[in-house]
Amino acid sequence: MAILVIAEHDNSTLKGATLNTVAAAGQIGGDIHLLVAGSGCQAVAEQAAAVAGVARVLCVDAATYEHQLAEDLALLVAECGRDYSHILAPATTSGKNLLPRVAALLDVAQISDIIGVESADSFRRPIYAGNAIATVQSLDPIKVITVRSTGFDAVAANGGSAEIVTLTAVSAAGISSFVSEEVAESERPELTSARVVVSGGRGMGNGENFALLEKVADKLGAAIGASRAAVDAGFVPNDMQVGQTGKIVAPDLYIAVGISGAIQHLAGMKDSKVIVAINKDEEAPIFQVADYGLVADLFKAVPELEQKL
Amino acid sequence: MKVLVAVKRVIDYNVKVRVKSDNTDVDLANVKMALNPFCEIAVEEAVRLKESNVASEVVVVSVGPKACQEQIRTALALGADRGIHIDTDAMPESLSVAKLLAKVVEQEQPGLVILGKQSIDSDNNQSGQMLAALTGMSQGTFASKVQVIDGSLNVTREVDGGLQTLALKLPAVVTTDLRLNEPRYAKLPDIMKAKKKPLEVKTPADLGVELRDHTRLLKVETPPTRQAGIKVASVDELVEKLKNEAKVI
Ligand SMILES: Cc1cc2nc3c(=O)[nH]c(=O)nc-3n(C[C@H](O)[C@H](O)[C@H](O)COP(=O)(O)OP(=O)(O)OC[C@H]3O[C@@H](n4cnc5c(N)ncnc54)[C@H](O)[C@@H]3O)c2cc1C
Ligand SMILES: Nc1ncnc2c1ncn2[C@@H]1O[C@H](COP(=O)(O)O)[C@@H](O)[C@H]1O
Repeated sequence: MAILVIAEHDNSTLKGATLNTVAAAGQIGGDIHLLVAGSGCQAVAEQAAAVAGVARVLCVDAATYEHQLAEDLALLVAECGRDYSHILAPATTSGKNLLPRVAALLDVAQISDIIGVESADSFRRPIYAGNAIATVQSLDPIKVITVRSTGFDAVAANGGSAEIVTLTAVSAAGISSFVSEEVAESERPELTSARVVVSGGRGMGNGENFALLEKVADKLGAAIGASRAAVDAGFVPNDMQVGQTGKIVAPDLYIAVGISGAIQHLAGMKDSKVIVAINKDEEAPIFQVADYGLVADLFKAVPELEQKL
Repeated sequence: MKVLVAVKRVIDYNVKVRVKSDNTDVDLANVKMALNPFCEIAVEEAVRLKESNVASEVVVVSVGPKACQEQIRTALALGADRGIHIDTDAMPESLSVAKLLAKVVEQEQPGLVILGKQSIDSDNNQSGQMLAALTGMSQGTFASKVQVIDGSLNVTREVDGGLQTLALKLPAVVTTDLRLNEPRYAKLPDIMKAKKKPLEVKTPADLGVELRDHTRLLKVETPPTRQAGIKVASVDELVEKLKNEAKVI
């Protein structure tokens, strides 16, 4: 039994979520192979070969895979994946875009967002915005799974010495093409792997006021997140949304500022180790999950917090 | 161009679901049900395409027990032209939904199929991608902008790093993200009119699809609840607690 893990990368760097996915594969048990498909992605293949616990890296370097288009990549993964017992990918937007397409090509189900491994065929996953945890058994010969990175501690990025096997591309679907992207550039740590996250909600009032949070984040080395209401109101871009339908985070410290604590928001952050809420409404539901609640006007409390850190 | 929209009946998003005491599933008895929010956005987008003369007809389809005709009627009230109900006893898995929808696609030959990105009950986020695979169509998932340009479709997608725009060959599958549009409210006259719009009922057998279980639900549990913590009286106390008690800064 061997497990194929789809490496997430940008053709130069292996993304952190891959390491959590390898950890999940380790709990399932069996040889772990990492598939690196991309364009000019040799450096990624080398990083992949160094990941602890990986036995083999399959590298497919072709222009077709430069932008990880699901139509083309799914054909490749379905082809490479036929002989594996499990195919895993991180439950990121790329994994979620790709794996259901792969599963359908293989005529098997896909199990989304697992947070626990019970056995080689049974997995735990949150449903209903995390208000229930289901244990699901797969009845399929190939189990196609996306892995929520907060459910598994990352394996070491170094220490492994897997062999690298080069494979050729399969023919492209040719029905989609990349046009452009707007990538949010930030000096800050990545939201999903940051040790501290400071998030703002509708209570921030406007986008400029997020500067208050940035100052706090600078002192704590934190990433900045937001509620959907803040994103919807145009205060900040979409990639900052934390929640059921945004990003899932579980930092050591989560500071929610001007966020009421709707179930959809809690779904994305309630597994944080320590939660702080700053809200002027003492009845706000966020206080039910906060370890430390401060009932205060954020425009006074946040600058003061920044000073005292 | 005909647009097909898949809609699902789910628990209302304001309801906090409870797990049954025997841990077999969640308890949906007497719980308020609604159109999945992402499907509402899908219907809205299709109706807007019709209003701007890009689409000629909007057909909505839902798979599930008879009760999902309610959600089809809601979509008709929002401006869809006709409905198809695929009658099944239980809510099928995403792969089965995709197989049924693939048959509807074969019969209806839409130029575009719009689904929600995710059901808020199963939180699966799969059906659209699976449908695209089964029909060989291109896919624009998590869409925040959709534009038909010269017979091709430009889709802007909400991805982890920001936004990505793809050009897709038609026919294509699009799945909606929250910011694609803001759905309208159905007006009373439209709700009345929707009752007279055609709604066809089919079974999986009519479509020649045999459904098979690929997964088994072993148990459903309530997640560990967080202990509510304490209220601090000042910023000073907060900083002190974070440093000395929680030791996170
Ligand atoms: C299908 C669906 C999916 C969703 N997915 C998500 C998701 O992934 N993530 C998400 O976050 N939401 C999501 N939502 C939206 C969610 O239901 C809530 O609407 C949203 O989380 C509310 O954001 P908020 O707390 O910022 O705004 P509000 O609920 O408006 O809360 C603002 C808070 O700020 C406080 N406040 C205001 N001024 C101040 C001040 N000066 N000082 C201190 N406090 C102040 C108020 O007391 C209030 O508690 C989703 C909704 C749907 C329907
Ligand atoms: N039973 C169903 N009937 C019709 N459409 C569905 C059904 N289940 C899922 N869908 C569609 O697929 C989308 C994603 O669902 P899911 O893959 O279950 O997260 C939904 O928003 C719907 O558009």
